Amino acid sequence: MPDGQAIPSAARPISGGAPIVRLEGVTKRYPGVIANDRIDMEFHAGEVHVLLGENGAGKSTLVSMLSGLQQPDEGRILIDGDARPIASPAGALDIGISTVFQHSMLVPSLTLVENAVLGRAWWRRPDREGTAARMAAMAARIGVSLDPMALTGDLSLGERQQAEIVRALMRGARFLILDEATAMLTPHDAARLGQLMRRLASEGVAVVFITHKLNEAVEYGDRISVLRLGRKVGGIAPETLRQMDPQAATGEVVRLMFGTHDMASGAAARVDPATVDRAGDPVLEVLALYAGAAAVPLHNIEFKVWPGEVFGIAGIDGNGQKQLAEALAGQEPISDGRIRLDGAFVDRLSIGARRGKGLRYITDDRLGEGTVGSFSVAINLLLKEIGAAPYWVQGFEKPAEITENAREKIRAFDIRTPSAETPVGKLSGGNIQKVLLARELTGTARAVIFNKPTYGLDLANIAATRQRIRDTAEAGAAVVLISTELDELLDLSHRIAVMDRGHLAGIVANDDAARRKIGELMSGVGE
Amino acid sequence: MTLFTDTFLIALLAGVVAAGVPLLLAGLGEQLSEKAGVLNVGIEGMMLGGAYAGFLVAWATESIGLGFLAGAFGGLLVAALMVLFCVRLGLNQVVIGIALTLGAEGTTALLHHVQFSRLYPRLPEVPTWRIPGLADIPIVGPALFDREPVVYLALALVPLFAWLYRRTHLGLAIQAAGDKPAALDSAGENVLAIRALAVLGCGALVGLGGAFMSIAGAGVFVPFMTHGNGFIGIVLAMLARGRPLWVLLGAALFGACLSGSTALQVAGVDIPTDVVQMLPFAAVMLVLLIAGRNAKLPSALGAAYVRGER
Amino acid sequence: MDEIEKPRALAARRREILDLLVASLGPVLAAFVISGVILLLMQVNPVSYYGYVFGRGLFSPTGVQATLTRMGPLLLIAASLIVAFRAGIWNLGGDAQFLIGAVFSAAATPLMAPHLPAGLALVIGMAVSAGFGAIWGLIPAFLRAYQGVNEIITTLMMNFLGISLASVLVKLLFLDPATTVPQTRTLPVEDRLPSLFGTTISSGVLIGLAAVLLVHFVMTRTAFGLRLRVVGANPGAAIHAGLAVPGLTIAVFAISAGFAGLSGGVAILGQYGNVRADWNPAYAMSVVPLVFLARFNGFASIGFVALFSILSIGSESAARRMGVPNYFTLVTVAILLILLGLSEYRGARRRQRAGA
Repeated sequence: MPDGQAIPSAARPISGGAPIVRLEGVTKRYPGVIANDRIDMEFHAGEVHVLLGENGAGKSTLVSMLSGLQQPDEGRILIDGDARPIASPAGALDIGISTVFQHSMLVPSLTLVENAVLGRAWWRRPDREGTAARMAAMAARIGVSLDPMALTGDLSLGERQQAEIVRALMRGARFLILDEATAMLTPHDAARLGQLMRRLASEGVAVVFITHKLNEAVEYGDRISVLRLGRKVGGIAPETLRQMDPQAATGEVVRLMFGTHDMASGAAARVDPATVDRAGDPVLEVLALYAGAAAVPLHNIEFKVWPGEVFGIAGIDGNGQKQLAEALAGQEPISDGRIRLDGAFVDRLSIGARRGKGLRYITDDRLGEGTVGSFSVAINLLLKEIGAAPYWVQGFEKPAEITENAREKIRAFDIRTPSAETPVGKLSGGNIQKVLLARELTGTARAVIFNKPTYGLDLANIAATRQRIRDTAEAGAAVVLISTELDELLDLSHRIAVMDRGHLAGIVANDDAARRKIGELMSGVGE
Repeated sequence: MTLFTDTFLIALLAGVVAAGVPLLLAGLGEQLSEKAGVLNVGIEGMMLGGAYAGFLVAWATESIGLGFLAGAFGGLLVAALMVLFCVRLGLNQVVIGIALTLGAEGTTALLHHVQFSRLYPRLPEVPTWRIPGLADIPIVGPALFDREPVVYLALALVPLFAWLYRRTHLGLAIQAAGDKPAALDSAGENVLAIRALAVLGCGALVGLGGAFMSIAGAGVFVPFMTHGNGFIGIVLAMLARGRPLWVLLGAALFGACLSGSTALQVAGVDIPTDVVQMLPFAAVMLVLLIAGRNAKLPSALGAAYVRGER
Repeated sequence: MDEIEKPRALAARRREILDLLVASLGPVLAAFVISGVILLLMQVNPVSYYGYVFGRGLFSPTGVQATLTRMGPLLLIAASLIVAFRAGIWNLGGDAQFLIGAVFSAAATPLMAPHLPAGLALVIGMAVSAGFGAIWGLIPAFLRAYQGVNEIITTLMMNFLGISLASVLVKLLFLDPATTVPQTRTLPVEDRLPSLFGTTISSGVLIGLAAVLLVHFVMTRTAFGLRLRVVGANPGAAIHAGLAVPGLTIAVFAISAGFAGLSGGVAILGQYGNVRADWNPAYAMSVVPLVFLARFNGFASIGFVALFSILSIGSESAARRMGVPNYFTLVTVAILLILLGLSEYRGARRRQRAGA
């Protein structure tokens, strides 16, 4: 085993720039779809190779073949010039290929050290101390601070991903795949990860970075490949990319992805903060709210949202945003404080009663709690109205009305589904989000909480969802928008609050200085 | 008090051991399987398989040792079906578990019927290993340190498993298989192999427990003789939350109550056996009601692992 | 649009039912073939064995009457399990709920019968059985609903506890002073549930049928049933949607355990008349696999319960006549379950290949 003081020798730059992995005509078919269609691609040591593409473009399939989870149907994969199959995850590790997935692949009930020794010969005694020392050394070397003895379950997602990268390098990884690794990170953590990628590349590691954020691709990538509908539709070679300024590079990537120079987002002008009339009564009032028993306890949260206003909540993920949303919706018990909707107290009401008064919550956990995957689209559209007329009369189901409602919503919200009876779990993420939007935004919505509404969606669906948020506010509802995408908040919100460790660190108006002020609040002013 | 004569106490303690050892083996086996993510509802069937195979071989070969070995193998055989259906094919663990229990009940009873019709041949008494020194301690000695070798083996398994779970790679891999199998897979370990190993290990232990009941406990095989001991093993494993020592304590408690009624009858106290047999369950339910907390179970327990599915 | 979609939906529904039939009946036939091979190994002619079993269980007047009478309690257990399993609750304590219901009903009804109109006494007797069955299900219900304690372990424990308690009650509390064997007072035959059309078939079978059909209808066609199914399929979504999950959980346990208790009551009031000490027919454990075979579908459950009743009644006489012990039915059921699991697996694989 390497002593951990240096990156494993295999990770040193390979002179001459020979590709570590090379794909030749790789094709993968699933029933009815060609997920990857004759892909040719090269991955070089010392390079950050960005794979860009919409949802369903075939990025995940490519990753699963590189990490040994799937086998190509046609074409070949060359490792260091030799055609060699990557037969299993273990085989990939032997070659030096490690993957860091969007969702952490560490066992929460084990410590980081124990996770690091998983997969070693099982009859040997785990060397906790030695491994911990090597882990700390490797972390220090790549500029990451971590406690090897910490229980994984106690760490934030960003910390877990860094630990996974450290673990990969300890195993001699020279080919590191980061599969949408920044998708769930805060801007701050994402930037750290970007710098880490650059450092690793300079150490000679081949980094494959999968993302659909254009700015990250341009900022951290040496080479960009764009996938569309399973095909590689183009890319930018390192020499070209170096000579382009970020603006030009972004334009080129957009052209490759969509065949146009227009960016789907950014087209709409920023909101005018002055459009909200604060002389009238607010719709939603949160007064000195505490939730002591929550996973992230909430302290003294206080804000008001007026009709037509979008109130953004920024902050590093896991600082109580979800708990706040759940406390407002009634899913998380509060220990003190009041919530008023249209002047009436709702904090003692049940989830259903609050919804009845016009309080809506669009969860970020679309499959975990937003829908029942095995139930039809039609039923999921009525999940929060089970028993209500006209769909149920005296408790008995009225199939005709239920189907009619589904048809209407499918049309109005452009839900792409084979039929109203299709199980919702079979739809794509964007269409599941449309089901949620259709369910929550109909009827008399007075105050709507959007929790990370565009997370995991592709650009077209992001644009559509943002338009729904604008429309909701323009229709006179109060909107609470929780997001970790700063640009999204700046695009949509009238005012933006920053959440930090369960309390509101401050509220700023969305003016030209907002970005700087939010940044200060997020990093903790004075630190 | 004449109730607490030495003879009585020895009988009581010996009874606890006799009733507790199968429970201990069943509980340790179930714990192993559950840690790896397989809720093994079929251990009642594995126990019966062990009881029958153990008895049959001990009777046919007149070798107690071979009998116990066959018992472990009998449990292993039923467990192999569990591995095939639940680990390899990913079928519902509760359904297959109940099917295996029913199947083993039927099959062992049927085989016994074909073999012996209505006869119940009795095995000779199992020789004991007397541990010098310790066996001379009054009361405890004869009850604990002059026993069948399987008793010592079962007791030795407790620290062995504690060591396995805490101190070995295999232990870590087993925990990962139950908690986050995808993580284990991406670390290059074979999840299905680890789970299969755990279920087979469970089957062997439980089968040994069954063989202890038929060979050492009763000396005969009677259809359906395990009588819910496997299910008690499930209860023990879930209550012990992954700690082998707690399985031992639980097995002692339940064993005491299962055997207590006999001891009381020996002492001339007339309480229906049912009352005494209710005690441990009532006690545990009471504890759960008062201090009811979420019995912490591996998060992937009961879910089949299929690579690529979240 | 409507005109086109309706026949298509109807055709899809018909295909679904056909698929279900094939997927259920295929394993049934295969299980009989495999069981037949086992019989051959035992040197019993499978054709004459099954001929005899079905002859006794289905085609002889006394046999079919016994079969239909046996079906009553089994169907009620099936109703109990369908409610629980569809709501995602593993109630494995049905045997104790059955026995507790049976014992209290057996204790109360013979005392009431002389003083009340026969019908009223029976209704109260059944209500007592359902009520006490439900009470026995409440502890696991509260632990699951408010403490999150896994119900498999608690219902199993309550099962052991209840089986012992039933026997203690019979031996100590509800003992019939007139007999020396420990058993409860016996309900006279004329005070029991009426038999049907001058046969010996207990009307319990009608109660059972009604219960299964009711449960099937409620679970698939009503708002209450849908709420329970949401809780079963995704508890997180149920909370998010504002359903009162703890309340629904307790309702599920109460209904499920109530039906199991009623099953005990119907067995006593319709057939046995009293409870003897240490009596435990273990119906619930036998019905669990049947309800699975039926994929929680009420109609299919009736079919499997009927088949199981025929087999068990038939094999009880076959045990005496042909020397094949009646545990053979257990082997058949286990083989059936495993085959069903395999066919389900194949079906899933095929669907996976057909559409991504």
